[in-house]
Amino acid sequence: MIGADLTTALPEIVLALFAMAMLMVGVYGGKDKLAEPILYATSALMVMLALYAGAQSLDAETAFNGTYLKDGFAQFAKMLILVSAAVVLVMGKSVMAETGLLKFEYPILIALSVVGMMLMVSAGDLIVLYMGLELQSLALYVVATMNRDSTRSTEAGLKYFILGALASGLLLYGASLTYGYAGTTVFAGILSTISEDGMSVGLLMGLAFMLAGLAFKVSAVPFHMWTPDVYEGAPTPVTAFFATAPKVAAMALIARLVHDAFGTVPGDWSQIVALLAAASMFVGAIAAIGQRDIKRLMAYSSISHMGFALVGLAAGTAQGVQGMLVYMAIYVTMNIGVFAFILTMRRDGKPVTDIAEMNQLSKSEPLRALALLVLMFSLAGVPPLVGFFGKFYVLWAAVNAGMTWLAIAGVIASVIGAFYYLRIVYYMYFGAESEPLDTVRAPVQGTLLVASAMIMVLGVINLFGIDAMAALAAEALVR
Amino acid sequence: MQDLLASYLPIVIFLAIAVALGLVLLLSAIVIAVRNPDPEKVSAYECGFNAFDDARMKFDVRFYLVSILFIIFDLEIAFLFPWAVAFGDMSMTAFWSMMVFLAVLTVGFAYEWKKGALEWE
Repeated sequence: MIGADLTTALPEIVLALFAMAMLMVGVYGGKDKLAEPILYATSALMVMLALYAGAQSLDAETAFNGTYLKDGFAQFAKMLILVSAAVVLVMGKSVMAETGLLKFEYPILIALSVVGMMLMVSAGDLIVLYMGLELQSLALYVVATMNRDSTRSTEAGLKYFILGALASGLLLYGASLTYGYAGTTVFAGILSTISEDGMSVGLLMGLAFMLAGLAFKVSAVPFHMWTPDVYEGAPTPVTAFFATAPKVAAMALIARLVHDAFGTVPGDWSQIVALLAAASMFVGAIAAIGQRDIKRLMAYSSISHMGFALVGLAAGTAQGVQGMLVYMAIYVTMNIGVFAFILTMRRDGKPVTDIAEMNQLSKSEPLRALALLVLMFSLAGVPPLVGFFGKFYVLWAAVNAGMTWLAIAGVIASVIGAFYYLRIVYYMYFGAESEPLDTVRAPVQGTLLVASAMIMVLGVINLFGIDAMAALAAEALVR
Repeated sequence: MQDLLASYLPIVIFLAIAVALGLVLLLSAIVIAVRNPDPEKVSAYECGFNAFDDARMKFDVRFYLVSILFIIFDLEIAFLFPWAVAFGDMSMTAFWSMMVFLAVLTVGFAYEWKKGALEWE
């Protein structure tokens, strides 16, 4: 019995044990000299676990009395989380080392937060949900303040911590209301209570509070205030991490909660999610226009992108969940590419983040500029590129679910958002004459930048089969 | 239903006593105590000489570290207590779950020890 349960949750257990073992090896062994091997080992283990998750059968399994779920949806989200976390770790290594932040705790904390994320997407119970979320968040608060001597970094971490704690409080309050009115914390139990007794006001309050708490984690408007400051203040490799894996995990968690626990009353949560989606798309698109700092700009960009992913969720159908998963996969790929570029932005050897620094980049480094151009067009959702298909999937799902107004809002927001992406392209190709950025020899980041841009172009053929996998995952969730 | 509620009577009585006692202790200080402050009385006090500086001084951040490390092991007791009380009729799974929990805590303890978080200087 317990043996079968443990086998089902094997990936999480392996990664958690690995993190603890590495903590001991690191502290009793060579301290920060071991940071690099530990980082590569963590990364390699994450890739192996992603392959393991991909090789599993798609049959749904439950463990620990239904509190842990393993199905196609969880496997898809886990693969995305593990691969993106592994790539971001390797991508940020050289920059962390340069700034003296490559402590051996860094990869371990990332590994622990990934354990939390894996639990989040496999949660079948409110307690497991909360545990996964806290494990992820607590590790992230610490990595946000990794650069202890910088006021910006500590401010970012403190802000993230205080607002994150507030969000956790809201989530817990909602969870306790839900438990009180449903009489159980297991998602399946909540679902059957609702289908038998209907949706009571108490459960509705619980749902609203939990969604508010989770909206903090995906930085959906109106719970987005922390995002720009945290993105700007945290060390850039950490920002790259914030923008990728945790977003996937939190988005998958929302999908899991609304479908597994409240799946019989889609009308109730769909309106909340639709409001979050519309507000995020517009605020993200409009507020980014005034930003000159590329990290802040990417923060608003991610707010806007989360809005689009929520559009798919608001549809409340299997097609919508499929669209959301495809969107997240594309979003993560694009973000890895853009952050690979941001990590190499240097002037006189110092990292810079002002977008005007990119003036005339096309002259000094045509390849990097071209790759970034492709990524910017893709982020803006310009038709031939993959970014367009992500938007197309979610908006199409919204139209099919009878939410045409939301789809129209999405199109308008994406047109507004196109302005600031294209402004970066303008600076690179037609900007004022100025000293070009340093030519940095960064093979890892350069490869990832070009690879990400290539995926945006070549993916138009068949999206690398992601849409078919996402469809299977969505079917596992929405029955 | 009646029986179910009645079975919780002890805890209700306990809570009533706790709240009442707390209120009595707090209120008695307000009601009974003689209050007649003057500047000399409310100023910071140091034994034998005039105060050097304000009582609101900066504390070493290490106090914070020690207290937060204390909290972790304090909470551990909160888990161990009910476990220990129910030890007699417990499955092997429950026993080993707690052992795993303690092992994880020990890893954290070994880390903080080696890191020097427990040393004052």
